Amino acid sequence: MSEDHIVTSFDNDMSELESLFEEMGSIVLSQLKDATRALRKEDRNLAKKVVRGDKQLNELERELNDLAIKILALRQPFALDLRYVLTTLKSAGYFERMGDLTRNMAQRTRTIAKAEAEIGPIETLIRMSELVQGMTEDILKAHKSRDSELAKIVRDQDEKVDMAHNSLFRELLTYMMEDTSNIPACMHVLFIAKNIERMGDNVADIAQEIIYMTTGEWPDSKRIKGDKTSKIILS
Amino acid sequence: MIYETKTTHEEKGNVPSIMTANNVDVFYGKKQAICNVSLDIPENQITALIGPSGCGKSTFLRCFNRMNDTINICRVSGKIKFSGQDIYEPKVDVVALRSRIGMVFQKANPFPKSIFENVAYGPRIHGLAESKDELESIVVQSLKRAGLYDEVSDRLNEPGTSLSGGQQQRLCIARAIAVDPQVILMDEPCSALDPIATAIIEDLMETMKENYTIVIVTHSMQQAARVSQQTAFFHLGELVESGDTQAIFTNPIQERTQNYISGRIG
Repeated sequence: MSEDHIVTSFDNDMSELESLFEEMGSIVLSQLKDATRALRKEDRNLAKKVVRGDKQLNELERELNDLAIKILALRQPFALDLRYVLTTLKSAGYFERMGDLTRNMAQRTRTIAKAEAEIGPIETLIRMSELVQGMTEDILKAHKSRDSELAKIVRDQDEKVDMAHNSLFRELLTYMMEDTSNIPACMHVLFIAKNIERMGDNVADIAQEIIYMTTGEWPDSKRIKGDKTSKIILS
Repeated sequence: MIYETKTTHEEKGNVPSIMTANNVDVFYGKKQAICNVSLDIPENQITALIGPSGCGKSTFLRCFNRMNDTINICRVSGKIKFSGQDIYEPKVDVVALRSRIGMVFQKANPFPKSIFENVAYGPRIHGLAESKDELESIVVQSLKRAGLYDEVSDRLNEPGTSLSGGQQQRLCIARAIAVDPQVILMDEPCSALDPIATAIIEDLMETMKENYTIVIVTHSMQQAARVSQQTAFFHLGELVESGDTQAIFTNPIQERTQNYISGRIG
């Protein structure tokens, strides 16, 4: 397909939409990195910065929503343009939710750090976060280059996040059973892990949007969901 | 090669075709305006023909009721069938054919007669009414079907040209309906109308498709998307792609279609 619209201002609007989406994605990524670093170092100040940073993401989402509505109303896009505007609008919503989850992660980190509580083994949690960070980086590339193959790879990677979550869930349960004084901090870590697992789902949902955007078809097969924590009980 | 987008079972699979065009070529002298076009027109549906100026969509539309016969240098080859009969066979009565396949043009063109006479003219020359009452009934029914009766019922003897542009276009639709056609061809029927008059005609078309099959040529892709169930995209005299309207406007197969409908330089 030709790159340029006959009406130049249409191209400008679409480029602005792309920029806003990329900016949201890069803020989510940096927030997640900071939130993870804050947890590892029990750094309250960094966690506070993450909590405050979510506001910018919300503002960007509002701006993106307004622009998408303007494009739909004034440009009346068809075909790939229509799919692009709609899926970007939906994907921005997923990024905004990831922002909320990251903020919650930072709020819990502040609580843990303030109480100087023992959080136990978090290497698996760090690995989960790094997996989601990698997925987010790739999803931004896939969106920019309209790469459905890369989006499919990202979509499948969510299973690894789910598996890590299962493993961490068991680890933390064991840790809490060993010493009940570990429970308060571990409960927060469990919620943080669930937040990261949800972020993986959100990136996988964006991947699904990109596959539709580029191909015009929703992916056939259901995404493999590996999160089994709702079925785990240690006795 | 002509590409057909995916169609839904409901939209097209079960709908019989009232007209079929097979390998149609149209020449104006030596210049070929339509190249090997084949297209089925599903019954009681609206088919939109879209494409840039000069792509041949109006020329193709005019093949369906042999309007191109009126142009001396125009030559049509291939087969166009209406209810299974080849309309280009020599024995076909073209006047009768055009009463079965009516036409509405870009610019409303009422006769310089009263509103009543504009509608009564066709049924009268085709001998469709045996009495004055019957003729009156046809006129009233046609005006009602064209959504115009309530606006003109108290001034049927006033000139058709005294109506607004949108009303004149609906008068022309009533005139086409009056001879009881099965197919109505519309060549950019709303291009000279304001958005309200356009919306009234589009709403009317939606109602009309219960009784008639409509083929519309339009420059407005939004209009094609709004009113039609099937869309065919023409470019440089070729039918590039045809199929379910929703599929054409959300996920066309051909790059040329994609470029045209999304306003890109092809």
